[in-house]
Amino acid sequence: MQVNVSKPETKMSFTNKQMNVADKVVPILLFLCAAVSILTTIGIVYTLFSETISFFKSVPIFDFIFGGKWSPLIEPKSFGIWPLLSGTFLITLIAILVAVPIGLASAIYLSEYAPERVRKIVKPVLEVLAGVPTIVYGYFALTFVTPLLKSIFPDMSVFNALSAGLVVGIMIIPMVSSLSEDAMSAVPKSLRHGAYALGATRFEVALKIVVPAAFSGIVSSAVLAFSRAIGETMIVSVAAGSTPNLTLNPLESIQTMTAYIVQVSLGDTPHGSVEYGTIFAVGLTLFIITFLLNILALYVARRFREEY
Amino acid sequence: MTMFQDANRKQISNRRKTDLVLHLLFIVATSIGIVALMALLISIMMDGLSRLNWDLFTNYPSRLASKAGMKSAVVGSIYMVLIMAPISFILGVGAAIYLEEYAKKNAITRFIQLNISTLAGVPSIVYGILGLTIFVRGMALERSLLSGSLTMTLLVLPIIIVSAQEAIRAVPRARRDASFALGATKWQTVARSVLPSSISGILTGVILALSRAIGETAPLVMIGALTFVAFLPESIMDQFTVMPIQIFNWVSRPQVAFHELAAAGIIVLLAMLILMNISAIILRNKYQKNV
Amino acid sequence: MSTATALKTLINIKDLDLYYGTYHALKKVSMTIPEKAVTAFIGPSGCGKSTLLRTLNRMNDMIIGTRIEGKVEIGGTNIYSNEVDVETLRKKVGMVFQQPNPFPKSIYDNIAYGPRLHGIRSKAKLDEIVEQSLKQAVLWEEVKDYLKRSAFSLSGGQQQRLCIARALAVNPDILLMDEATSALDPISTLKIEELVQELKHRYTIVMVTHNMHQAARVSDQTVFFLNGEVVEFDQTETLFSNPSDKRTEDYITGRFG
Repeated sequence: MQVNVSKPETKMSFTNKQMNVADKVVPILLFLCAAVSILTTIGIVYTLFSETISFFKSVPIFDFIFGGKWSPLIEPKSFGIWPLLSGTFLITLIAILVAVPIGLASAIYLSEYAPERVRKIVKPVLEVLAGVPTIVYGYFALTFVTPLLKSIFPDMSVFNALSAGLVVGIMIIPMVSSLSEDAMSAVPKSLRHGAYALGATRFEVALKIVVPAAFSGIVSSAVLAFSRAIGETMIVSVAAGSTPNLTLNPLESIQTMTAYIVQVSLGDTPHGSVEYGTIFAVGLTLFIITFLLNILALYVARRFREEY
Repeated sequence: MTMFQDANRKQISNRRKTDLVLHLLFIVATSIGIVALMALLISIMMDGLSRLNWDLFTNYPSRLASKAGMKSAVVGSIYMVLIMAPISFILGVGAAIYLEEYAKKNAITRFIQLNISTLAGVPSIVYGILGLTIFVRGMALERSLLSGSLTMTLLVLPIIIVSAQEAIRAVPRARRDASFALGATKWQTVARSVLPSSISGILTGVILALSRAIGETAPLVMIGALTFVAFLPESIMDQFTVMPIQIFNWVSRPQVAFHELAAAGIIVLLAMLILMNISAIILRNKYQKNV
Repeated sequence: MSTATALKTLINIKDLDLYYGTYHALKKVSMTIPEKAVTAFIGPSGCGKSTLLRTLNRMNDMIIGTRIEGKVEIGGTNIYSNEVDVETLRKKVGMVFQQPNPFPKSIYDNIAYGPRLHGIRSKAKLDEIVEQSLKQAVLWEEVKDYLKRSAFSLSGGQQQRLCIARALAVNPDILLMDEATSALDPISTLKIEELVQELKHRYTIVMVTHNMHQAARVSDQTVFFLNGEVVEFDQTETLFSNPSDKRTEDYITGRFG
């Protein structure tokens, strides 16, 4: 079948003697850039663990984990983390009680009810809430929300968990609403149409079809918001006070882990002292909790992802 | 009874009512976020506008609220961003190019990717602890502008990497093929075809990340940016302060006069953020036209 | 049409097998392709014609899991041997794709992209190459006053001729065209077919086409593929007028595909 029996006469070769330096070096340089993120993680873990271990040489780890009193800067010193933990969780609890219902309701409204025109305006406005610097929220909590609350609860202290918690909650609304809305928008139209065809009303479709189908995304967004609230620093430093207080009364002044770290670094605690070491022990506790929550959020989002 | 009026008409009308009530409830809930934002902006305007004048930009901090300004803080914030911008751009975009164009799809790559997404969720104050240990003490850079900028670079890097990856991924495959088919090497294709096509998307991400850095306070408190700086930094090894730190300092004072200063400072900070966001939006629109 | 027998062989494919992972995309393909002539690959979708085209400039290398056995010789060199530099190969074996894919740059910069890759910096030299290439692609008259305009301002057919000009600008010996007219209107298609007739005096052209009539109009040789195998390979006139295989006859008479 071959038509051309003649030998090829045009000779071609495709060798290239010149070494291409860029293509040898560049991938290595780029890999080094990517490696910075790994080094950052190693740096964080190493710093926190090594300093915490030396801290536990002077303070028994048992006292730290189970102690009910935190006063590392004032005699008699004690190093029980529970007051800081309770302060942190009080703030976080209030924030979640604000952010999850409001965020979820906003997400349902935006994804199931809002006309396109309204959605286009409301969504970016909500996202602005996420871009406001935390120090601005701190100012807002202290100078606007606290006086407002004081008119309702006259014997509330100036620095209190409620005001800070509410404002942290406002800050994380867009986190819940936009991640939940993404999850809801991913629910296929056909599922909705199926329910409407059976005579379901809009709220029935939203609550019985869309929310359950997007459930993992919603849970994941709430977990992430939770983690974000735990790590929030400036709002609580400004508005929640600096009295480590083992209480669940939101009208009292408390101290969170993050606010404690700020307090120490604002003072002139000598490097290498036991007090200085508390930064790392508290920082490690904070890091471990938020890390586990972030992993949980990733896991929930992946593990329970609906296959439509 | 007609065909559309069946026996459980009552039940249906109840469900309609529920739908209406819930609809209102959802609208109210959505408004809460918007109302809060409005309240925040209005209260800050009312507190701060009276103190928004040139003195704010020309005066150094002072014990007297009437004389205090934020010159050193404004300049410090700008310097910090100028130092961060090239470093975070190179590291972030380099990492994104590596992950999108060079990395083999193996366990190490997946690990790096997972690592980046977990780093994005680490509380900012933890970066402060890292910066304090590594830059301030470990490398003996002291409480300098450089220490602060490097710490903030690490903080925003995950954001820049992820957004740059998205921009690079959006470049059509055909555009890479066209370049390869002309005999371009991988790096030539990346540098001359992929990057020019994705640069405005990448820059949008970088600007948004930098605007995040401009508003951050906690990590800089940790590395010891000062609250009372009556001079401008002259080298990257000088001490410094930034706007959020100055605002924090003023908020922490009990006197109302300092709160007004803080509000004025916040207006300046927000104006700067709005400016950066507008430029990011302009770039993004340009980018959508190109792809 | 010129007689292919008089021409020298440039490409020689011997017992070529290609796998994408476990999928056997090309099965024992052998053929020779003559110099300075048009060879068309035809066959139904998924028959392997585009895959074979992409082995000629090793664009398949970029698809992960591709494995090749057998030989592809161009000008006596096995292009899959170790000393072959892929970039040099692709410089000499140009390609035009199914969809026009200009860069989001000016018309001038699109053409100059290749020469610049290969180290040409002089403005005068680049100007000359841009003009020559656009003239060869019969686009010069239409765009000579708008060289600084974005390539996206051109019509689809103009964009495809720009892509041809861009491929010619690096001075290749072979031009591969992968269904280069399938996204174009009939008038643009006709222009490109005429262009191919011009270009074959200087270049060896290998084209994949969905359209048998195009193969019949434009090519000197035609190869008919089915399920990754070469069914028939002959001078175009012979293949269309007097096919030796029943399957070829079925395809060209429109009984399937």
